[in-house]
Amino acid sequence: MLDVKNLTVQYGSLKIVDSVSFSIRPQEWLMVVGPNGAGKSTVVSAIAQGVPYTGSVEIDGQDVAKLRPRDAARLFGVLTQNHTVGYSFTVEEVVRLGRYAFSEGMFAARNDEDERKLEEALELTGLTSFRTRSVLTLSGGELQRTFLAQLLAQNPRLLILDEPTNHLDLVYQKQIFELIKEWLKAPGRAVMSVVHDLNLAKAYGTHAVLLDKGCTVSGGRAGDVLTPVHLNPVYNMDVYAWMQQMLSQWREAQ
Amino acid sequence: MKSRSEGFRPIGYLLFAVVMLAVLILCVIVGSVNIPAKDTMAAIYTAVKNAILGLPISSSIIVSVRLPRVLAVALVGATLSLCGGAIQGLLRNPLADSSTMGVSTGAGVGAVLFLAFGFAVPGLQNAGTMLSAMAFAFISLLLILTLSYKIDYTLSTNTIILIGMIFTMFASSIISLVITFAGDKVNTVVFWLMGSLAAAKYRDVLILIGALLIFGTVILSMSRELNAFAVGEDNARHIGVNVKRAKYVILIAVSALIGVCVSIGGTIGFVGLVVPHMTRMIVGPNHRRLLPACLFSGATFLMLADLLARTLLNPVELPIGVVTSFFGAFAFVFIFYRTRKAK
Repeated sequence: MLDVKNLTVQYGSLKIVDSVSFSIRPQEWLMVVGPNGAGKSTVVSAIAQGVPYTGSVEIDGQDVAKLRPRDAARLFGVLTQNHTVGYSFTVEEVVRLGRYAFSEGMFAARNDEDERKLEEALELTGLTSFRTRSVLTLSGGELQRTFLAQLLAQNPRLLILDEPTNHLDLVYQKQIFELIKEWLKAPGRAVMSVVHDLNLAKAYGTHAVLLDKGCTVSGGRAGDVLTPVHLNPVYNMDVYAWMQQMLSQWREAQ
Repeated sequence: MKSRSEGFRPIGYLLFAVVMLAVLILCVIVGSVNIPAKDTMAAIYTAVKNAILGLPISSSIIVSVRLPRVLAVALVGATLSLCGGAIQGLLRNPLADSSTMGVSTGAGVGAVLFLAFGFAVPGLQNAGTMLSAMAFAFISLLLILTLSYKIDYTLSTNTIILIGMIFTMFASSIISLVITFAGDKVNTVVFWLMGSLAAAKYRDVLILIGALLIFGTVILSMSRELNAFAVGEDNARHIGVNVKRAKYVILIAVSALIGVCVSIGGTIGFVGLVVPHMTRMIVGPNHRRLLPACLFSGATFLMLADLLARTLLNPVELPIGVVTSFFGAFAFVFIFYRTRKAK
């Protein structure tokens, strides 16, 4: 579905991402992990055509750089971690923007499919009762759910999530990851997420790519990549021992 | 809960239109010589009837002076307000406007350069000034945005306002320089710089209608893209907006409209800042409602400002820009305070 080959992003002489390659097939959930400054979010920006890059990004054999933005939006959608909406749009207005790619023309009217997808997205994210609320009055979690609803209304085949649950409490983290897990069950869909939390990566990812200083350290099945052998040198610590130590505190509390 | 309509409801259009028409009639009636409403309407009716039948139109004060002026003021108000609404949406910045960003002064440089050193196109009076103002408005907009982006890629309020102020000073110094070397054209340039719609003709009205029909329609057709930009530029790209193309289309349309307005009425500040902000408080930020509402409210606002300019110190007439800037300065502080407080 998604084929990234020799992706390189360079600012002047500084290489932020250096020859990164990976693929995602339908029903896979690829976790992109690595420490701060590894180039994870830059990979997402490059795929979403937000930064210039060399190498190739193809979806279903089509070069993303050559796709019309509307066609690209039908194939993949992006959810980022920070949203700063400028004006007091309602939740419904923001979610409805997800249907932009499906209506062409100067004064495009809505159709039944748009309405159905909008209602579905609002319901799935539990935002039906929030639809007339101004986005400026929402909490961080509610705002993130609003943009997730927009992404679901967009109905792409591939979701690209850049630290989707950053700043969110445990309840929202679980809600959002479970929701995406359910979404992934329909045929022909796939997910790529940038995550910091290795527990989430291990729990939900089918595959993983471990990046460090812009380069790929390891890639493959999540179980094979997210191991102390690969993680410890990258994070410069005994990751497994740290996790055990954290967990043992909870065990002691019981 | 039932889905809410995104567009402007007919009752909304009707209300805005009724208020605008009431103000238009008031502005035609009231002036240095007050003419009863009945006589005013009769004069307009006769003029319209004669125009349709091809008969000569009487040169009464209503038909030959006040009506073209009020119509030109209404159209300039509607245009500036529409442009302000579009720029504020595009840049996600409630303080962005052609006057605060320096685009109007930039367009002024174009107009002044042509007035001082340009040549008259036979049969096309003011065409050169207009085209020059349009081109300079576009160049100014590009320059201001590029500079702002280089300094601060988020195009934050403070950066744009700061660059706008610097650019306004720069453009004003060029205007002064042009005046110094204008020779026998000094009077023409200075008179134009004072900016007034007092001597507006039906020709100006027709030009404004034409520009609004072409470029205004383009801006209105970009309402959904403007909604996407107002939510966030990255988000706009992610949902499938052709960000670069949409930006250029909107900026070209805005520059063309600002150029036309500046070449006809000089630089009238703050309309595009105040009116969209006030209108947003009534109809919300959705550009499918906001932009059409801005057309009506902009026309109403500038007609009222013109009425004040004409009547406040009667028989002395104030430049319309003085009135709009007086209210605009207060509104600017108010909006800036609200924006900062919200952050």
